[in-house]
Amino acid sequence: MKKIVSIFLICMLFVSCNSDNDDPPTSVSFNFTHNWDGTNVTNSEFNTIQYTNANGQALSIEKLRYLISNITFRKVNGETTVINAYNLIDVTNNTNLIYTLPNEMLTGHYINVSFTFGFNNDDNYQNYTDLNSASWNVPAQLGGGYHFMQLEGKFIDNASAQTGYAYHCIRAVDNSGAQQVFQDTFFTVDLGEVELKNNASIVINMNIAEWFKNPNQWDLNLLGNMLMPNFNAQVMMHDNGQNVFSLGELIP
Amino acid sequence: MNKYFPYIASIVFICTSCTDENVTEYVPTPIALEIPQLFEDNIIAPVIPLDNPQTIEGIALGKKLFFDPILSGDNTQACADCHTPENAFSDASRFSDGIDGRLGNRNSMPLFNLAWNYNERFFWDGRAFSLEHQAFQPVTNPIEMKATWVDVSSKLQQDQDYPSLFDQAFGTSTIDSILVTKAIAQFERTLISANSRFDQYLLGQINLTSEELEGFNVFMDETRGDCFHCHGNANNPLWTDNIFHNNGLDAIITDLGLGKISGDPANNGKFKSPSLRNLAFTAPYMHDGRFNSLDEVINHYSEGLQNSTTIDPLMKKVAQGGVHLSAQDKSNLKAFLLSLSDESFINNPNFKNP
Ligand code: HEC
Ligand code: HEC
Repeated sequence: MKKIVSIFLICMLFVSCNSDNDDPPTSVSFNFTHNWDGTNVTNSEFNTIQYTNANGQALSIEKLRYLISNITFRKVNGETTVINAYNLIDVTNNTNLIYTLPNEMLTGHYINVSFTFGFNNDDNYQNYTDLNSASWNVPAQLGGGYHFMQLEGKFIDNASAQTGYAYHCIRAVDNSGAQQVFQDTFFTVDLGEVELKNNASIVINMNIAEWFKNPNQWDLNLLGNMLMPNFNAQVMMHDNGQNVFSLGELIP
Repeated sequence: MNKYFPYIASIVFICTSCTDENVTEYVPTPIALEIPQLFEDNIIAPVIPLDNPQTIEGIALGKKLFFDPILSGDNTQACADCHTPENAFSDASRFSDGIDGRLGNRNSMPLFNLAWNYNERFFWDGRAFSLEHQAFQPVTNPIEMKATWVDVSSKLQQDQDYPSLFDQAFGTSTIDSILVTKAIAQFERTLISANSRFDQYLLGQINLTSEELEGFNVFMDETRGDCFHCHGNANNPLWTDNIFHNNGLDAIITDLGLGKISGDPANNGKFKSPSLRNLAFTAPYMHDGRFNSLDEVINHYSEGLQNSTTIDPLMKKVAQGGVHLSAQDKSNLKAFLLSLSDESFINNPNFKNP
């Protein structure tokens, strides 16, 4: 994928040289912010049981990291620009929360900006040294590839005990039969219309509470652990993920 | 930062080479780390500080210093006394005794693949940032080498050989603690281990036994061993995440580990995940060396987990006491763990006392 990025960059150079329009190119950055139903969440809020999910379970967050890829810009004339790259956002260690695109974009109006949560299947089964170094891999028994998200913490369980949960998203795999059956769980997040100005910064909000809310009210007693090999849980996470992200502020 | 390190390094290198052209200054001989194939293919480049590049003379000096008791207060103890090559540079005793025979409360750590510890936090509790800084500590630690840097520097300065060796390594014969630690760090970065049976298997050179293969499955299976989230996988040949976790050793935590260093009680009882390479040579195990055998370690994860508020959420079966492996799974897991041991590393003549 890195190669593709460079090829893409080179193409972009030509494109930008040739285009005679008056929308100057600009660097674009994405700023990933996180909240729990509107209350800001950073790693300084971690490790304390202080959130309540839709199922009424009190919980804390100890780890949150997730992968996004293929940021895509679409013009009104249908012209699309796909940034063939990925970003592993690590809230626990406060890294990659601000992601500057590897190449410049033309300023101007875009009717939609989107990204992929996780990796599509082409991208998922490549070998990425930086993601391997972050131990982001999925075991071969579960089809290999990479995690899409790791959300971990503690919750108060049925017996009023503090218990760990590990909400890990991967491509859903059913290992029960003779052959593995897969179902895609990456999804496209459409952020809607954006007017790119010079040095644009696009804020993306993740409402963490949504992972537990809609359409599946999440019961951590039943679905707190061992979720990677749990096909149904993966599909449910995919469904709950649909309303997690939204477009925040656009600066300037 | 790591991603761009090679680029920045090469730019700086280019700039440096340009300016050097008109000066006839002595330059030690640069030598690149030999990066193993599996590391090259799967993980990002090692961390080598710009102000301490690897050189033939620096590495040779660092090796001599590492094995030389001159760094201790009474000239009786070298780094290598607590980090012996045949133990993959750890200590077979649970606690190492310093020059006064005083014992610490931590088990010595094996030394290999240290340049791939990307966040550069060293010691069980991560209290030293960078290998260079780490090397300052044992020399003056009262329960270890119990020397002062003033004293050590002057002993080295008065030595017959060292001044010229420092001159060759750093272009100055004036010895100080900074150069000592730089040389040692250069030597430590050459301690690379990547030739275990499992590595050879991944490279397609040998076959593993069915026990070893099945043990690897136990290791990678979330419903059985579930070890891979913290201890690497076939694509992360370091066999550690180099991150701090509480893996359920104690219900009541007395050694706070990372919590003592960060001051955050949420880190109490967290220690750096050790690499699972070379376990055949590094007993006893855990930060306090409490387990003498791998069987004890496996039993810990299987049925000995202790709950506490900071236990890692990945210790998912703590409520049941552990992952409850069958006797067969346990012995296979052990066979797999032992396949990560690298005889050629502990027998490498480059790493032995000159
Ligand atoms: C008296 C025994 C002793 C001596 C002498 C000693 N060490 Fe250590 N070393 C230890 C122990 C014990 C630890 C773990 C201590 C801790 O984490 O609190 C350790 C940890 C380390 C680590 C951290 C490894 C990692 O992965 O984080 C390095 C590097 C190291 N020692 C290098 C050295 C060097 C270099 C010297 C000589 C200058 C030296 N040691 C001398 C006992 C010793
Ligand atoms: C939550 C992360 C985590 C998981 C999961 C985990 N470990 Fe560990 N492991 C650690 C940490 C942290 C230590 C060091 C703990 C200490 O000394 O306080 C450790 C220590 C060890 C050691 C001792 C190594 C040495 O040099 O002292 C072995 C062996 C080991 N683990 C094997 C395993 C096996 C086998 C599994 C799966 C059954 C496993 N671990 C699962 C984090 C983990």
